[in-house]
Amino acid sequence: MPALPLETAGKYVAAAYVVFLALVLVYVAIIARKVGRLERELSELEETDAEHER
Amino acid sequence: MTASGQPQTAARGARRQVGAARAGLAILRKDLRAELRAREAVPAMALFSVTAFVLFHFGLDRARLEGDVAAGVLWVTILLATVLAVNRMFVAEREQGGMEAMLLAPIDRTAIVLAKAAALFVFLAALEVLAVPAFGLLLLGGDLIGALPELAALLAVADLGLAAVGALVGALAAETRAREVIGPLILLPLVVPLAIAGANATEPLFAPAGGPAELGRWLGLMGLYASVFMLLSVAVFDFLLED
Amino acid sequence: MYARALKPLALATAAVSALAFTMIFFWAPLDADQGFIQKIFYLHVPMAIVALLGFLAAGVMAALHLRTRDRRWDIRSYVAVHLSIILAVGVLVTGSIWAKASWGHWWVWSEPVLVSFLITFLLYAVYQPLRFSIDDPGRQARYASVFAIAGAAFTVLNFVAVRMADAYTHPRVFSQTGGNMPPRMFVTFVVALAAMALVFATLWTLELGSKSASERLRRARRRRERDADRAELAGAGGERPRAGAHADHSPAAAGTATASR
Repeated sequence: MPALPLETAGKYVAAAYVVFLALVLVYVAIIARKVGRLERELSELEETDAEHER
Repeated sequence: MTASGQPQTAARGARRQVGAARAGLAILRKDLRAELRAREAVPAMALFSVTAFVLFHFGLDRARLEGDVAAGVLWVTILLATVLAVNRMFVAEREQGGMEAMLLAPIDRTAIVLAKAAALFVFLAALEVLAVPAFGLLLLGGDLIGALPELAALLAVADLGLAAVGALVGALAAETRAREVIGPLILLPLVVPLAIAGANATEPLFAPAGGPAELGRWLGLMGLYASVFMLLSVAVFDFLLED
Repeated sequence: MYARALKPLALATAAVSALAFTMIFFWAPLDADQGFIQKIFYLHVPMAIVALLGFLAAGVMAALHLRTRDRRWDIRSYVAVHLSIILAVGVLVTGSIWAKASWGHWWVWSEPVLVSFLITFLLYAVYQPLRFSIDDPGRQARYASVFAIAGAAFTVLNFVAVRMADAYTHPRVFSQTGGNMPPRMFVTFVVALAAMALVFATLWTLELGSKSASERLRRARRRRERDADRAELAGAGGERPRAGAHADHSPAAAGTATASR
């Protein structure tokens, strides 16, 4: 198995690490969206609470 | 607790213990009798297998198969045919309400899973009695009779594993809405180890030169597989049946 | 509860990952055979190991769920499966890239780890469809747990089987230099593995935190709706003669009534 020259090899290695990074970031983005929804629902709840107290 | 309470519960306990084996046999007999009368699962599987052989003939564009290709076609066909039986395993109980009756009866739930697995084993054995000769007739280039003893042993052990996994998957898929789709999707990856072991072990049996058969390691793998899944099915079945 | 663990975890993950990156690209020696391509090994193999451990851990947590009936174990198991599936995809993609760079093919059947992961992935891909095709939440959790346990047992058996299948047909393609890895490579590998495990732990804690918070929110909301209902009924049907009907609206009854809705 002859070693690939650095330029071509570098692209493959970079691609692999980018894939990993992309997976992690996509995952974090999905969680972030869920947390955003949570915050929205919480603020709704707080509003209805405030209304009831009035 | 009355004075007669203790001997009563002891007797009931003893009765319950005997009941487990008897209940299991009863369920097994019911399933077998239902199959004999309705003749749905085994004929369907046999028909499927022969049709698959025809498809393989045209797909591979070969008149006779040998060695690894022959082994592969036979094992893959049997595994795919198992899907047909597994899908139907609990359908009868759900549709006709037999499930409630079984659950209400004071029997050990282990009996149910063992009975279902035993029924599946019998169906698979029946299928193989039909499909293997058909394979020998239609596709196999080599000598089937010579390979028969080893092949029978391989199929028997594989069927144990298939029966255990099939019972588990049948119960899992029974409650889902997309039963016919989810069942095969779960079952087929699960049986890959059996495909590996079966095909690899059978390859020298179907080889033209009749190479040495190294059954030991493959039988060991299949035996391990069967033991693991039998233990697993018995351990978790309670959780699948409860309501 | 989860948020508190999250900060130290995230910091540790960042630190160890940074260390791993530095070691991989600036400290570990270049592989004699494969050259720079071998650097993928520090990503691909830790991902594989952590994914496998993830599936096994999910099986254990599922068993705990069945034993203790505590739904929290089911959620932990679910998240572990979820994350391990994502890692499995990563294993397949990075393995494919490695195969292409090493052999010129985007897929090779002669690499047992890659093949095993394909099969395992195909199995676990059915986990979520199975869950969402069962409506009753208790049953859904139980069935998913059974699946996770069977999957864990299967993953081990599958690896053994695929390894056996490959044993004498093909030599190992990715010479992982496992037996005689130069010490620097080995240390780098261990650090990379630690980094991957920390990434898994952090993301797991993150998702669990989000799930548990949304569960608590749902419960709080339901409690408020129940209180609001009770207040309405008390206000509207204030006449005593209806006491018989109202007597049923004890917290327990109301709780079960709204829970079954």
